[in-house]
Amino acid sequence: MAINNPQQVSGLLRFITAGSVDDGKSTLIGRLLFDSKNLQVDQLSAVEASSKKRGMQQIDLSLITDGLLAEREQGITIDVAYRYFATPARKFIVGDSPGHVQYTRNMVTAASSADLAIVLIDAENGVKSQTRRHLYLAHWVGVPHVVFAVNKMDKVGFSQEIYRMIEEECSQLARSVGFSNIHVIPVSALEGDNITVKGDRLHWYSGPTLLEYLEKAPAAQDTEVQPMRFSVQRVTRLNRENIRTNSGFEDIDTRGYQGLVISGQLNVGDEVVIQPGGYRSQVKKLLNASGKFVEAVFAQESITVFLEQDLDISRGAMFSDVSLVGQVSKDFDAELCWFDEDPLDTNRTYLIKQTSNVAKVRLQSINQLVDVETLQKSLHPSGMKMNDIGHVSLKSQIQLSFDSFETNPGTGAFILIDEVSNRTVAAGTIR
Amino acid sequence: MNAVLEKIRDFDQAARQWTHLDALESEAIHILREIGAECNNPALLFSGGKDSAVVLHLALKAFFPERLRFTLLHIDTEHNYPEVLDFRDRITRKYDLNLVVRSVGDSIRQGRVRLRHENEPRNKYQTTTLLDAISEHEFDVCIGGARRDEEKARAKERIFSFRDEFGQWDPKNQRPEIWNIYNTRVAPGENIRAFPISNWTELDVWEYIQREAIELPEIYFSHERDVVIRGGALVPVTPLTPPHPDDEIKRLSVRFRTVGDITCTAPVESKALSVDEIILETAQTQITERGATRLDDQTSEAAMELRKKEGYF
Repeated sequence: MAINNPQQVSGLLRFITAGSVDDGKSTLIGRLLFDSKNLQVDQLSAVEASSKKRGMQQIDLSLITDGLLAEREQGITIDVAYRYFATPARKFIVGDSPGHVQYTRNMVTAASSADLAIVLIDAENGVKSQTRRHLYLAHWVGVPHVVFAVNKMDKVGFSQEIYRMIEEECSQLARSVGFSNIHVIPVSALEGDNITVKGDRLHWYSGPTLLEYLEKAPAAQDTEVQPMRFSVQRVTRLNRENIRTNSGFEDIDTRGYQGLVISGQLNVGDEVVIQPGGYRSQVKKLLNASGKFVEAVFAQESITVFLEQDLDISRGAMFSDVSLVGQVSKDFDAELCWFDEDPLDTNRTYLIKQTSNVAKVRLQSINQLVDVETLQKSLHPSGMKMNDIGHVSLKSQIQLSFDSFETNPGTGAFILIDEVSNRTVAAGTIR
Repeated sequence: MNAVLEKIRDFDQAARQWTHLDALESEAIHILREIGAECNNPALLFSGGKDSAVVLHLALKAFFPERLRFTLLHIDTEHNYPEVLDFRDRITRKYDLNLVVRSVGDSIRQGRVRLRHENEPRNKYQTTTLLDAISEHEFDVCIGGARRDEEKARAKERIFSFRDEFGQWDPKNQRPEIWNIYNTRVAPGENIRAFPISNWTELDVWEYIQREAIELPEIYFSHERDVVIRGGALVPVTPLTPPHPDDEIKRLSVRFRTVGDITCTAPVESKALSVDEIILETAQTQITERGATRLDDQTSEAAMELRKKEGYF
């Protein structure tokens, strides 16, 4: 049996680079792509040409990921750029996320789908306030693993002493934020040390190169081994009018529930609880993504469920294991990260989107704010503005089914939308 | 309680065949179902190219066995290979779909688009026709087959990408997109562009076409064609792209990696007759899809970004 086996490597790893401005995030990704021979001839010649245009002698590897005009003008990263590369061992999706504090929400966007964060530290300057912010946010948004790349080792003469100091500081910091799986690797992204090959200047270091580490790093948590949760995205009412010609589908005049298995496993014949409402029914049939009836489906699959009983079920309903049901409530507490330029207004209602539910929600109270740099908490704050993280109490207009984010990120996560501007103003994790 | 935990513990990871293609497929279906559930009037941008064929295939799967209710929208440059139009019409009939074609030629004849010269590539002028079609049909979301690995502006774009009432993309102020919770809300007159295969690479697309046996226009496979070599690219000899007097016309075995406006889409030399052979070539290629085949992206570092800001796909 292979449960939670850390040795098991999935075919795809999604990771991000995080860390402060100028710690070399874009250069690191450029170096990874370059040294693992994942840059195509035309991409390389384009980067060479723009490096030359900027009066540089060598090619500037950071230009590979900075795509927008404004980014190239200012030499910074504004929004996350996704890059795709592969080695014989694995496929990778990389999010190169911005370091500037005003673009924190873009960093959170990148981190929210990542299995792993590479947090860069400038060996000359050590841990900065933005490093602490990114580390906190990466953990908050659910990134399971972190690796520190202590960069610019060339600038400190590849000093083992300096590396050890930073290693200690990083590990402590990551533990205090809540990470348990922590790795630290010394590198020079600019000169290529210890990215894909170790080189002889880091002779005192005995661990894997960054790429070796990435090829073996564990991917996302095993959502299959959690209690079953299925969220209804859409109800399909099949009849003679809407069924596809030649679909070969004979079960007409039935209702199916289309959605995503968020966690666990669902089998034909299983009894499920449907929340809110608390109805019970048995699974009659399961249709997988390929339009085949199957006996069992698993976490991450997009499927259609047919039930034995004819029940009033609509979008937003949650199916759970009968013996391990989630919570159902209008009231809940959450850790909220505020993204919008307009501060939180407790006099207004917002829209919450959680799984497939969209409902009006009111912020009952802001209980405390977290200073993500010192981890200090301040009680009874007056409000929340852009980039603040706080513990809040919310009241939803409808009953929501959820788990705590810690036990099930798929049902414990939500976003808030401004009803007037339609902007996504915040994201939250249910506590 | 114990029985459930037992069942959960019995789960054998190794027995489950879950590949990266399954993960990408499920992500795309989840996105398409969100659109089906939350949007009033979705259009699926269908050019007959391989990426839009893959998105259509995913949409058919997402709502199976229901008939797909998204409108197919083709923004026609009138610079097409006939094989691609035949394919478009064949697929539309096969799945009983509603196809709307709006042509850049009509926009020109109505004076909405002014060309600098007659046979100019029409890719960038599709923007006007597209925005007019969106407002004519009141589409609140347009689903496209763009991928982030194609181009550096696309690499920055969200899966649900918001466009204002002028169809414009503001890359410096994109909505945050956290986890898989998508904000599909727009005011009347505004529009969302949704890209369900954002995270797929060219190789993923071909491997998926192989796995699912997805039909494609014939010109994706090796065939003989008269071309001239200009600026390192193969330029097909067609009525729209006649050879220059001193051009040497060569007959080569070629295939198209992308399908677009004839005047700016170049084939590559290839003997690949099957999807298997294309996959082999794609895995070994030294040059990106757009780098090899899209003459209009090579005009500046930011050609795509500028087009997208104006409202392009």
